[in-house]
Amino acid sequence: MSVAALNLDLLLEVQQFVYREARFQDEHDYDAWEALWTDQATYWVPANGDSIDPTREMSIIFDNRSRIATRVKQLKTGKRHAQAPPSRVRRVVSNVELLAEDGEELVVGANFVVYESRERGLTLWAGRSTFRLQRVDGDLRMAYKKVELVDNDRAIFTLAFLI
Amino acid sequence: MSTVDATIGWDRLIEPDRVHGSLYTDPAIYAAELEHIWYRTWVYVGHVSEVPEANDYIVKSIGPQPVIMSRDKQGEIHLLLNRCTHRANLVCDAARGNSSAFRCPYHGWTFSNTGRLLGYPFNSGYDGREAKRELGLGRVPRVEIYQGFVFGSFAEEGPTLLEHLGAAREAFDRLVALSPTGELDLSAGWLKHRVKANWKMLVENETDGYHPQFVHSSIFSVAKSGIGELYGEESTAVSRDLGNGHTENDLRPEFRRIGQPLGWFGTTPDRVPDYVKQLEAAHGEAKARELMIDGSPHVMLFPNLFIAEIQLFAIQPLAVDETVQHVTAVQYKGAPDMNRRMLQQTIGSVGPAGFLLADDSEMYERNQRGVHARSPEWVVLKRGTHRERLDENGHVIGDATDEVPQRAIWKHYRSLMEAGA
Repeated sequence: MSVAALNLDLLLEVQQFVYREARFQDEHDYDAWEALWTDQATYWVPANGDSIDPTREMSIIFDNRSRIATRVKQLKTGKRHAQAPPSRVRRVVSNVELLAEDGEELVVGANFVVYESRERGLTLWAGRSTFRLQRVDGDLRMAYKKVELVDNDRAIFTLAFLI
Repeated sequence: MSTVDATIGWDRLIEPDRVHGSLYTDPAIYAAELEHIWYRTWVYVGHVSEVPEANDYIVKSIGPQPVIMSRDKQGEIHLLLNRCTHRANLVCDAARGNSSAFRCPYHGWTFSNTGRLLGYPFNSGYDGREAKRELGLGRVPRVEIYQGFVFGSFAEEGPTLLEHLGAAREAFDRLVALSPTGELDLSAGWLKHRVKANWKMLVENETDGYHPQFVHSSIFSVAKSGIGELYGEESTAVSRDLGNGHTENDLRPEFRRIGQPLGWFGTTPDRVPDYVKQLEAAHGEAKARELMIDGSPHVMLFPNLFIAEIQLFAIQPLAVDETVQHVTAVQYKGAPDMNRRMLQQTIGSVGPAGFLLADDSEMYERNQRGVHARSPEWVVLKRGTHRERLDENGHVIGDATDEVPQRAIWKHYRSLMEAGA
């Protein structure tokens, strides 16, 4: 998308959406985070590279909409031990780019760095997210989020907070 | 937890129903384990389907040792040490690939995928050919394969793989019997889940039937899973000592009582009609029904392979308090409808973000922190000692939630450590 064609209002709206999602994740606001998803959705964190086939190969997360709901419900039981107590988390999201308008969908890219503090110690997570956003009743929602961790081909610690 | 000198005797650290906390924390004990267990006994390394074609290779490990599993052009599997015999550079830096040779990037020494030194640049710097024969890659001296599972032993001599597996070999037979072709295709890749815990915390947990209702209650309640009841007080499932440190949670009594084909996998035959048809064609209707009721094994092969129904875990120790758990989905060769379901269920359950394993890993790490406390010094493994009994094959069994497996693991561990001391 050329800079000349950039709709600044739209970019601002997209940025605000991405930042809001990050804040809901950092603050473990599970219901608010789940409400950002469309009714059909894919939440994908690949392993062993960024362009694997998740229908044939192992991913770290490959949730459809119903599994996203299960993930949130499990966190909300308070007995999800890997998040009880929840990790202290703060992330910086940057390089937010409107990559394409694909029919009804906006394709958005962003980079992130996350600091996670648990009893184990401080864990640093970094990567790139790609979103497909749709407009539902005037608001942006996520139909797709893919998270490419920079170290997804290596041995990584438990990742039970929302990435 | 203070460091204890293991030379005082392993019997002082490992009693039949309790073990000393230092076994999880003492770097000297960890170093002794590498020598007496990891570099001696049979260790699971990989599966033949991970190197299906001639000249395929994949990087694997035996504990902290970097191992290349290669298939030569004749089809034979080799386990080679990933270390140039010249100045110790890693000769292979790709995770997997296809090549008849490995060329060291440092000075260009080149080795065949059987480990033989093929040559080095600037020959005149060496005065004879005879040294070449002695400069092949280091190799795991003994390699044996059972049902496609490749094991290596660093000991030149010792029990054969089948002697080591003993009664536990049946777990592999049961696993592959559920594949219509009788073969597995482990091509989904492995998640690598790192934990700050001693490797034995993981081994002991794999066949601990006491923890699921507590550690996994969150997902069982949310997903309305019946797995918890399999490990309840009323369960007819049994825990079993299969010998040589191999242990089992045998859920077949419960599955037979319920009598629902594919109930073990939480599905029904009408959801996977192609798979059911294939299995019936392979075994006949009656036998297929029996297999589908009994389900897949839940067996921990000492020291590092856990067959967990639809998943395979390989445990890799890296330090006294650091372990990597590798995990992949069981995939049956030629059964796409069943494979899709097993893969998606596996992705949901295991690995760093898994509904089950993220919580197990939290327990390993909490155990590891707890065991450093000065008092009490012992870990208690008494559960079910009063109701241990022998099954029809003479194996010690207990109720589903008993610590028969943990006692069995430590008994074998002690015999290996004493044999090495």
